[in-house]
Amino acid sequence: MLLSAVIFLPLLGAILIALARHILGESGLKWIALIITLLTFVVSLSLYSGFNADTHEMQFKEERTWIEGLGISYHLGIDGISLWLILLTTFMTPICVLAAWNSIEKGTSGFMISLLMLETAMLGVFCALDLFLFFVFWEAMLIPMYLLIGIWGGHRRIYATIKFVLYTMAGSALMLVGILYLYFQNDNSFNLMTLHGRTLSHQNLLFLAFFIAFAIKVPLFPFHTWLPDAHVEAPTVGSVILAGVLLKMGTYGIVRFCMPLFPEGVAAYTPLIVTLSVIGIIYGALVAMVQPDLKKLVAYSSVSHLGFVVLGLFALNHHGVQGGILQMINHGLSTGALFLLVGMIYERRHTRMIADFGGLSKQMPIFAVFFMIATLSSIGLPGLNGFVGEFMILLGGFMSDSFSKVYAIIAATGVILAAVYMLWMFQRVMFGKLDNPKNQTLTDLSLREIVVLVPIVVFIVWIGVYPKPFLSRMEKSVDQVLQQSRSTAAVKAAAPAIVLDTTTREAKKIDE
Amino acid sequence: MSKDLITLLLISPLIGFLINGLFGKWLKNVSGWIASLAVLIPFIISAFFVFPAVRGGGELKAMLYEWIPIESLNIGFHVDALTTVMLLVITGVGFLIHIYSIGYMSHDSGRARYFAYLNLFVFAMLILVLGNNYLMMFIGWEGVGLCSYLLIGFWFDRKSATDAGKKAFIVNRIGDFGFLLGMFTLFAAFGTLNFDQVFGLAETNTYEQVFGASTLIVATLLLFIGAVGKSAQIPLYVWLPDAMEGPTPVSALIHAATMVTAGVYMVARSSILFNLAHTGVVVAWIGVLTALFAATMALAANDIKRVLAYSTVSQLGYMFVGVGVGAYASGIFHLMTHAFFKGLMFLTAGSVMHALSDELDMRKMGGLRSKLPITYWTFLIGALAIAGFPLLSGFWSKDEILHNAWDSGHQIIFGIGLLTAFLTAFYMFRLIFVVFHGESRVDSEVESHLHESPPVMWIPLVLLAIPSLIIGAIVGWGGEHSAIHNFLKGVTGFVAHHGKAEHSNPVPFMIISSIVGIAGILVAWFIYRSKTPVSEPTNPLHKLLANKYYVDEIYNAVIVQPIRGVSHYLFWKIMDVGIIDGLVNLTAFIIRGIGGSIRRLQTGVVQAYVVSMVIGIIIFLGYYLFIR
Repeated sequence: MLLSAVIFLPLLGAILIALARHILGESGLKWIALIITLLTFVVSLSLYSGFNADTHEMQFKEERTWIEGLGISYHLGIDGISLWLILLTTFMTPICVLAAWNSIEKGTSGFMISLLMLETAMLGVFCALDLFLFFVFWEAMLIPMYLLIGIWGGHRRIYATIKFVLYTMAGSALMLVGILYLYFQNDNSFNLMTLHGRTLSHQNLLFLAFFIAFAIKVPLFPFHTWLPDAHVEAPTVGSVILAGVLLKMGTYGIVRFCMPLFPEGVAAYTPLIVTLSVIGIIYGALVAMVQPDLKKLVAYSSVSHLGFVVLGLFALNHHGVQGGILQMINHGLSTGALFLLVGMIYERRHTRMIADFGGLSKQMPIFAVFFMIATLSSIGLPGLNGFVGEFMILLGGFMSDSFSKVYAIIAATGVILAAVYMLWMFQRVMFGKLDNPKNQTLTDLSLREIVVLVPIVVFIVWIGVYPKPFLSRMEKSVDQVLQQSRSTAAVKAAAPAIVLDTTTREAKKIDE
Repeated sequence: MSKDLITLLLISPLIGFLINGLFGKWLKNVSGWIASLAVLIPFIISAFFVFPAVRGGGELKAMLYEWIPIESLNIGFHVDALTTVMLLVITGVGFLIHIYSIGYMSHDSGRARYFAYLNLFVFAMLILVLGNNYLMMFIGWEGVGLCSYLLIGFWFDRKSATDAGKKAFIVNRIGDFGFLLGMFTLFAAFGTLNFDQVFGLAETNTYEQVFGASTLIVATLLLFIGAVGKSAQIPLYVWLPDAMEGPTPVSALIHAATMVTAGVYMVARSSILFNLAHTGVVVAWIGVLTALFAATMALAANDIKRVLAYSTVSQLGYMFVGVGVGAYASGIFHLMTHAFFKGLMFLTAGSVMHALSDELDMRKMGGLRSKLPITYWTFLIGALAIAGFPLLSGFWSKDEILHNAWDSGHQIIFGIGLLTAFLTAFYMFRLIFVVFHGESRVDSEVESHLHESPPVMWIPLVLLAIPSLIIGAIVGWGGEHSAIHNFLKGVTGFVAHHGKAEHSNPVPFMIISSIVGIAGILVAWFIYRSKTPVSEPTNPLHKLLANKYYVDEIYNAVIVQPIRGVSHYLFWKIMDVGIIDGLVNLTAFIIRGIGGSIRRLQTGVVQAYVVSMVIGIIIFLGYYLFIR
């Protein structure tokens, strides 16, 4: 019941706000949203404390028949991979509520309802073990996000939000076909867990159907052009959720579906995917470098960072996959913080153009400290979270059996480029003379804004200094995914019959 | 016990950083003393506990905690004689520079921030030298780079300062890229990054051949790229001269005495790998070429700090010659003496600036000897030491390096090194004569409040001048059997001399070095004792040197501008907005177009629907009746 509670608490909050909309004032609604999201976070912490790190099996499982005739069930469960994404979601949402406290000028109730519904949908995606249920949550996420960008966004919000939805839908359509095909191969069931034991046919096509949907969400080069538009037009909180959590639905999907279910597809497409990731890393960084708009710069840096994540996953070894998953969290924290910070100066100056700023350190010293930490985290400075992820990804890539070292070596130049574009941006915004009169009256961060940022900084430092608690809980699950993604390769390599026997038996054990 | 003490040694500057960083606003006047205390504590531990403990070849090791649960990627420390030399230099020279900074920064409103950064730097530097594995070294390595970035750009409203800070960070990142790949190679080969394990396995030749037989060659050269960046060698030296934009005590601590020597420390630490791979010769050649190249640029510089910066690059080159030819102890010896005399000279330069309202141009100085006597005499000691004047500290260490270069069969390196030694003495005494002797060219406005520095600044000068004078003789007397060699024997005892087992007689080398050094001083005296340096260079060679061989301009034209241009036009405007997003929008446009034309069929006129229905029926009936 715990998972259901975590997933649906925000929805309950949304209903509460809808009902109380006319009774309570704006601030009352905001307090409801804050309390509910904080409560969700607290409840989700019991997932952390109750989590057993010694097994790869799904935990906190819930299974109920939903639509019996179609083999659809309400089936939830988490492992060491989804655990972190759930915690990231429940952690970021109250921060977003607090960040949006004064910046929403119209329709506070609608905004908070959308945000809470979005949280439910995202959590559902990370918990669902039934393909149909997964797809429902996956698509449900689109609606509140569509509203968040389309109503509370910038000038070109309609273009951006439609582009976002259509892009995602195009991928989803392919995935739906894939899901249906899996349904027939799975004895007319949408149960994800019973799929693991099977040797599926047409794995390459199925892999592509799922992978394209996820690659759009990640976004992997060249499917990324919706991202800069969506980020620029989205309200601050929309960008934070988008970068912090939504993008990870793509990489999560790859780990949860593409890698364990379609090992043949993994083997066939790894060279292509890794090439695209490396292009994304370099290309994203170079394009980020020349952006005049702060939000676009951070958006393109996401393309680069998520390229690292995908590279790590397809290294198909322990270091790479663990690093990739850790980097999903890291990117959520550091890029989330960057979007929050950009939002904070946007609220004050109503511009995001780098050229409009300069010398802010003098006027906003507290802001400067937080901005510096987020920047350094994004650069991957040792001692902060980004380094641990990048190091493990690149180490995994360098040692990978599935592709050449050259990929990791080229990707590692992204580390240099990250320093170039981030520090150059930082210099132009924060350093220099404070000569623009509009900047001379800026006020430093308020207590509320500091409260928004401090929790993120705590985790940025914690993961950087002591990543073990984060890594050790995902270890078994990562091993399991790796074993599944390699199984056919192993079958082909070694004495066929015996190995097949043992792997299927092990896979069956997982289901039970 | 030892674990707790070393932990205290390590975290003491971190605590200083946190206190000044978080509460600096309320601590303005005591911030410097807190920071100094935070460095004094580790110095006391190093001198009175660590030093005796490792003296007879002892080692202190402990694991603090597991960092990444991959094979032995832990946070732990490894303290031996080599670490101890570094510890004493970092905390000893560091402490004096902290004290000096109290006076130097006393009028700056941001001094709490300054001292916070300085403490953070010491903390990162301690991680770098205490770590028991390459990853921890790397953490400290990038940490000191960050502090260097922050301190170079300390006066952040000056664009030149923030440009220099950014340049330092990025150029160092290029080196770190090599370091990172070097670590990956080692990890792929050995399955660990722990020093003891890597060196043990390398010696017994039990490792995975990642790059075939040249695995170790590749690994050491990649690591060396990191050292080239951090220690400002060709071709990555360009950041160090610009780094002089930072406050002068920072130049003394970070860009002379400690951080920039990290590359030398790294090569010495990896001596076993470099010996096995025989890549020391590359190190030595890069070192000696840098030494010469930087010295020539120092000849034509008119900015007092830039002369010292080029001199630092040049002296770092010597250290690499030392560790490159296998004379690891001699390289570390020079690292130590250089920390004293170069730290001293930067601080005296700071003292000159302090007296002259931050004037840096030597052409606007002159005749300062009588006005700033303590500054003059301490600077003179530093200059004599670096020039290799007999029996001063630099004489011993530099002579050892040249001697070892000769003995290991690198006669050309020896020759270039000797030429550089002459140039070193020359440019240093050019500086002395132009700044301190001759007629005063100081602005009358500035001259009116010319003053010697306060005691908090000149006492550290004196305390650094003493070791600059005598430390070489104390620890370096006796060549192979000297105190420093005995102390470092356990770590770097293995000297790879190619073929030559015996050492030649050191005395002729000492005589040659002395003659060369004194000759340089005399030539400088001859030219500059009364002459005012020309304001603008006229002859082409002078112009080339004064413009630093145009290397910055070449890098900018060949690397920086093309990347920026390609990114802006080709990648962003053409690829991203034009082609990729163009295709996306084209797809949408086509679908809308198709939808739009099909929409015309839905006219809403019933007669038209009836007509199409009838046509449809006729076609289907016709098909089934006649064609099938």
